[in-house]
Amino acid sequence: MQRRQLLQGIAALPLAAGSVRLMAAAPGTPRVLLVFLRGAYDAASLLVPTSSSFYYEQRPNIAIAKPGSAADAALPLNADWGLHPALAESMLPLFQRQQLAFVPFAGTDDTSRSHFETQDSIELGQPLVGTRNYQSGFMNRLAQVLGARDAIAFTDQLPLTFRGASQVPNLSLNNLTKPSFDARQADLIAGMYTGSALDGQVREGFLVRDEAMRNIKGEGSPNSMAGEMIAASRNAITAKGFEGEARRIARLMRERYHLGFVDVGGWDTHVGQGAGQGYLAGRLGELGKGLAAYADEMGPAWNDSTVIVVSEFGRTFKENGNRGTDHGHGSVYWVLGGAVRGGQILGEQVSVDAAHLFQNRDYPVLNEYRAMLGGLFGRLYGLSSTQLGQVFAEAAPRDIGLA
Amino acid sequence: MILQKDHFSPRRRSLLAAGGLGLLVGCASTNNGVKDTPASSDAADIALLNRVSWGVDSATLREYSRQSRRDYLQAQLHPTTNAPLPAVVQAQIDALGLNRQAMPAWVDEMEQRRKAADAITVDEAKKAAQQAYQQDMTRLARDASVRSLLLALYSPNQLQEQLSWFWFNHFNVHQYKRDLRVMVGDYENMLRARSLGKFSDLLIASATHPAMIRYLDNDQNAAGRINENYAREVMELHSLGVDGGYTQKDVQELARVLTGLGTNFSDKTPKLKPAQEALYLRRGGTEFNPARHDMGEKLVLGEAVPAKGWDEIMAQLTRLARHPATARHISTKLAVYFVSDQPPPALIERMSRAYLASDGDIAVTLQAMFDAPEFMASLGHKFKDPTHYVVSAVRLAYDGKPILNAGPMLGWINRLGQGLYNHQTPDGYPMDQAAWASSGQLSTRFEIARTIGNGSAGLFKPDVPNAVDAPAFPQLSNALFYTQLSSTLGERTRTALAAASSATEWNVLLLSSPEFMYR
Repeated sequence: MQRRQLLQGIAALPLAAGSVRLMAAAPGTPRVLLVFLRGAYDAASLLVPTSSSFYYEQRPNIAIAKPGSAADAALPLNADWGLHPALAESMLPLFQRQQLAFVPFAGTDDTSRSHFETQDSIELGQPLVGTRNYQSGFMNRLAQVLGARDAIAFTDQLPLTFRGASQVPNLSLNNLTKPSFDARQADLIAGMYTGSALDGQVREGFLVRDEAMRNIKGEGSPNSMAGEMIAASRNAITAKGFEGEARRIARLMRERYHLGFVDVGGWDTHVGQGAGQGYLAGRLGELGKGLAAYADEMGPAWNDSTVIVVSEFGRTFKENGNRGTDHGHGSVYWVLGGAVRGGQILGEQVSVDAAHLFQNRDYPVLNEYRAMLGGLFGRLYGLSSTQLGQVFAEAAPRDIGLA
Repeated sequence: MILQKDHFSPRRRSLLAAGGLGLLVGCASTNNGVKDTPASSDAADIALLNRVSWGVDSATLREYSRQSRRDYLQAQLHPTTNAPLPAVVQAQIDALGLNRQAMPAWVDEMEQRRKAADAITVDEAKKAAQQAYQQDMTRLARDASVRSLLLALYSPNQLQEQLSWFWFNHFNVHQYKRDLRVMVGDYENMLRARSLGKFSDLLIASATHPAMIRYLDNDQNAAGRINENYAREVMELHSLGVDGGYTQKDVQELARVLTGLGTNFSDKTPKLKPAQEALYLRRGGTEFNPARHDMGEKLVLGEAVPAKGWDEIMAQLTRLARHPATARHISTKLAVYFVSDQPPPALIERMSRAYLASDGDIAVTLQAMFDAPEFMASLGHKFKDPTHYVVSAVRLAYDGKPILNAGPMLGWINRLGQGLYNHQTPDGYPMDQAAWASSGQLSTRFEIARTIGNGSAGLFKPDVPNAVDAPAFPQLSNALFYTQLSSTLGERTRTALAAASSATEWNVLLLSSPEFMYR
């Protein structure tokens, strides 16, 4: 009752253009979630070049064993590539159902090897040459092109990629609490901001938080957010690592939004990253479980869903003196979803050997992310080249057969 | 200075009669926070204090009113080392367990405990010992953050306290890496002591502090086993800036220079060849081990660097500190923190010149910033980051009445995404409005305003077993408000305040108002 009043109260106020999001995502609408692995995950431990003797020479302590050679060996995907064993129960089944594809040698041409520089540059998605506009991320431009009013970042802070002309809300689902204000109080606060630069954000904040709490089929059911919240103490939603968060994200993506962003950290493995087991195995396992939970929770909407997993760069091909890896270049991107043409390793590839390393230390980038994502968005949304040019200026979209 | 303090302007008093503002006078009389009413000042003075301090309160205004603006800024730029704190605040700081011994002794003690816990063979006992160890580690970092917040709230050296935060963020380390929870308090104190001195001192002190050495893995960096993590960040983030004109090759070469700089908290020294012994160095937990140092010649930023061990590292860090790209990078970061998200190029130019002319003196660089017309023009337009928001809210709400527990504030700052010592990556927290003013972040801010405004936030329940909570109602509708702040509010905010249905709601609205979001 209170929630409905709040909505009416807010809706009755004059709203900034583009800030109302009351329409649910229609069935059949593509839903895209971008997952950013911050810290540059070691892609050669995820998608293991199992046919490369060079790989095993360069990584005497941290290589993932050849398929069948050990209990925690790589899981064969094809003659050349294997999957990290920590993903046996979560991602391997999706690959086998042809709903998961990997794109090795993916990334940006930025060679600063700086986490921050490269994360920023990928999130902005602008040409590398020229002045950088920090108020224009590529996901925001995509939202503009789609005329989308249902984009959201599942983060505490609005990520760079969603900054821009289209106002995008953010709401972390790690720690969501019950709304504190009744409709009258929300109106009083929003009223102070009328006509100010923060007007849109303030109104949107009240609206989105209310929607997130409300958004469920059968309010109060054990699977709903409200149900979960009631079950947990002190109004905070229980969070069991990324898996719980991924399920909540899926519920919102299923019911309300169709363009989302979330980031997962902890990948900067300079020291002791482990191999088939160990630190990185734990992180990959948790990520895989979360993504599988997301697919599961989407239900039939999974058929219209695409999840893209990216990271700022790959890591050095050779292990360092501390059984870890340093900042490298080419990475491996993951693309999964009900309509993804999965079960394949896609994009341009070269053999993994000394001759093909970039600057004698890293994977090269053969599948530049702007071209590749442009091609994918073109397929998913049927965008024209003009529209794609608005998302990724001066990039030539390349369809590598992901969808 | 550009602006002169002017005298009492009568328009302020007329606002007292504005509808609704008298609503809470009855409540205000129950407090003990209203002392001698501060002398009236110009709105520009209040705006200046909101920028130079963690947020205006009566004590800051009184201190300011005793002297000229220039003298006040001079005092802030050259703070006395032992500025007195309110006794009850000093007592809270003195009682922190962290103060029991110096950092190296803590590191040693906690390391012994960790090893002892790991060596226990009975599962239950081992688990209990490990948990106790983890709790005590967390408590040590928490003690440091409590001290940090109490100083931000009550130290007369308000500018220095802001800079302590700023430099920690600039030379960021993350408390949960390795055993850094033992070290962050000492690291912060080290930065505080140098916060208004020479940048080269800051850079060298950070480079050689065990917290930074362990955070960016330089203790893993040895001849033939290069780890370039710190070498890269010291150029990209701490000194030259990402566009500072260095290359990947420079990173690799500087990493070679930095080999051998590590930590050692044990009572043992490494076995060295006789020729290396003279080069060995140990200061506290910091160690330079010549056996791990690359004794070849290096080429850094186009200059040959002969192998000299420790002196070679000092020389290269000093060189970085004096570089024009560093002057620009540091000036820009200071201006983004203290002036605006997009500081005018002319201001950066002026600050960079002051920096270079003074061998990187931060007080001189900041003086140039304060003297610039762009600084005065920017007052009131910088969006508060979460720490500024929370600290300024508590300073205003309790106006000099010392809180007894900073714990709730730590929680709020964490919820707003800017937890102390809690940024994982070395770039530190962003400082622009776009990073902190999204819809979700503003919603959370309003919820925190509500918690503070209703007066039962736990700030007056001491952080000890069986403590009694003595909640104090926030004194926002105080003399400071009526004589100074009310005139700075816009029409819509005054309308909302007038519509408040209770004293609590009035507080919540004031702390939620757009005016209170900026400094």
